[in-house]
Amino acid sequence: MEEVPHDCPGADSAQAGRGASCQGCPNQRLCASGAGATPDTAIEEIKEKMKTVKHKILVLSGKGGVGKSTFSAHLAHGLAEDENTQIALLDIDICGPSIPKIMGLEGEQVHQSGSGWSPVYVEDNLGVMSVGFLLSSPDDAVIWRGPKKNGMIKQFLRDVDWGEVDYLIVDTPPGTSDEHLSVVRYLATAHIDGAVIITTPQEVSLQDVRKEINFCRKVKLPIIGVVENMSGFICPKCKKESQIFPPTTGGAELMCQDLEVPLLGRVPLDPLIGKNCDKGQSFFIDAPDSPATLAYRSIIQKFCNLHQSKEENLISS
Amino acid sequence: MEAAAEPGNLAGVRHIILVLSGKGGVGKSTISTELALALRHAGKKVGILDVDLCGPSIPRMLGAQGRAVHQCDRGWAPVFLDREQSISLMSVGFLLEKPDEAVVWRGPKKNALIKQFVSDVAWGELDYLVVDTPPGTSDEHMATIEALRPYQPLGALVVTTPQAVSVGDVRRELTFCRKTGLRVMGIVENMSGFTCPHCTECTSVFSRGGGEELAQLAGVPFLGADMAPPPPLCPAGSVPLDPALMRTLEEGHDFIQEFPGSPAFAALTSIAQKILDATPACLP
Repeated sequence: MEEVPHDCPGADSAQAGRGASCQGCPNQRLCASGAGATPDTAIEEIKEKMKTVKHKILVLSGKGGVGKSTFSAHLAHGLAEDENTQIALLDIDICGPSIPKIMGLEGEQVHQSGSGWSPVYVEDNLGVMSVGFLLSSPDDAVIWRGPKKNGMIKQFLRDVDWGEVDYLIVDTPPGTSDEHLSVVRYLATAHIDGAVIITTPQEVSLQDVRKEINFCRKVKLPIIGVVENMSGFICPKCKKESQIFPPTTGGAELMCQDLEVPLLGRVPLDPLIGKNCDKGQSFFIDAPDSPATLAYRSIIQKFCNLHQSKEENLISS
Repeated sequence: MEAAAEPGNLAGVRHIILVLSGKGGVGKSTISTELALALRHAGKKVGILDVDLCGPSIPRMLGAQGRAVHQCDRGWAPVFLDREQSISLMSVGFLLEKPDEAVVWRGPKKNALIKQFVSDVAWGELDYLVVDTPPGTSDEHMATIEALRPYQPLGALVVTTPQAVSVGDVRRELTFCRKTGLRVMGIVENMSGFTCPHCTECTSVFSRGGGEELAQLAGVPFLGADMAPPPPLCPAGSVPLDPALMRTLEEGHDFIQEFPGSPAFAALTSIAQKILDATPACLP
């Protein structure tokens, strides 16, 4: 592994090889020669490809295990209930691809055609892509460094034949790193509608989510809103509510007020959610009357309203 | 393999344990923190290295947010959390000027910082160094293992929740451990169940069976509350959800000290005991 200086400006930046921190870096000559500065043609290719995709939504968190994949999957299921809406779900969590399992597509493989990679379809109007479909065994580990992960994301955006799509939902891994930078970079010219950010009520989550909001602002990614997941638990026996993950610092509501981002809603913990994700089924079908299902539906409605009014503002401005 | 840049900075550390998962949000940082506290209560000198550069949770869990990091003649001084200096911590969280500032770094920069953390922190004499990691099998993990390899880590604790979705990711982490030659000391199943405070009914909030399944798949012990010597396919061992535990961590208190009556306490001290039992005796 090559040694890289602490403040490396980046191999493709204007300062590559020329910055103060480049002194002594073994790659200095290479960078200074401009070898790393060739523009990435993939960005143009992706822009072309994305012309058939009306809306692109990122589902982010910063914190792991808050329910990004669960939310992404159920947002997809919810939007796909309208048969006339075409939904695409892209899983860019390269190391921990959960979407195939949650969508009941474990073991499926990706097929190539003349027009690119075919997504795996759950319904006629709901197609899915994940690195999980490219692995031959559930034990295979994807032990890749950043550049290789970025290459995969590039391929997902450029080479998958999504066709005409109303919503492309992108599920991301936790953090603010290569995958996030890459997807924002590759989709920059194709226009990302915005991000939905998931958190739990705990401060340990909010701490990371504030950073994620900060990241979105830094890269000028609009924030559609925040979802507070695992917000309260109703005991199936006595029906009384408890807080498993106590909002010791005011939960998402206070954070959203402080940072001036919309709170799309709160989803309580329902043990059936986990069970259905494990079985690869839509939770809405198994528990249509659960408070969690109702919460999801309300959030999806609010998402559509907010999203549409943003669109209208853009058109009229 | 390059020797440590700063001679002796890890030479005084007797045993290194990594806490891994593959899956996010399963409780690696919680388990790392509680393991460190439990080992300290057993009379050991413990250090914690938090290499989760994007989401450094441990400073808050130990009430150390906002503490400054100082340079000493041997490198960076870790932050001591008690007067006796029996528990110390290094985290990128201490280097952030603003706690809400995102660390938006690509792989090479993360690798460089991790190498510095490993070689330039003046840990001094420690019985155990617990290394908390972010989820995944990528740059941070490879950099950490490469940097620690000369010091022969004792092994890894691998954390999961009971859900199959978690097992799906964590089994890949087990492959990572095998490929990198890191011994898996055991599986910890976290968030195993929740006991309703109103009616004491225990619900499997995050499904069930994951820890057991992983321990069977990997042929490794299932650590946890069961104190009996585990047969290869031990069905015991799990850490339940406890809001009291979560509250103390949010507030930066010592759970092991404050809640010995909690159901999580028994499981966590049992895990620590298993680590102590599995640690080879050192030559003086």
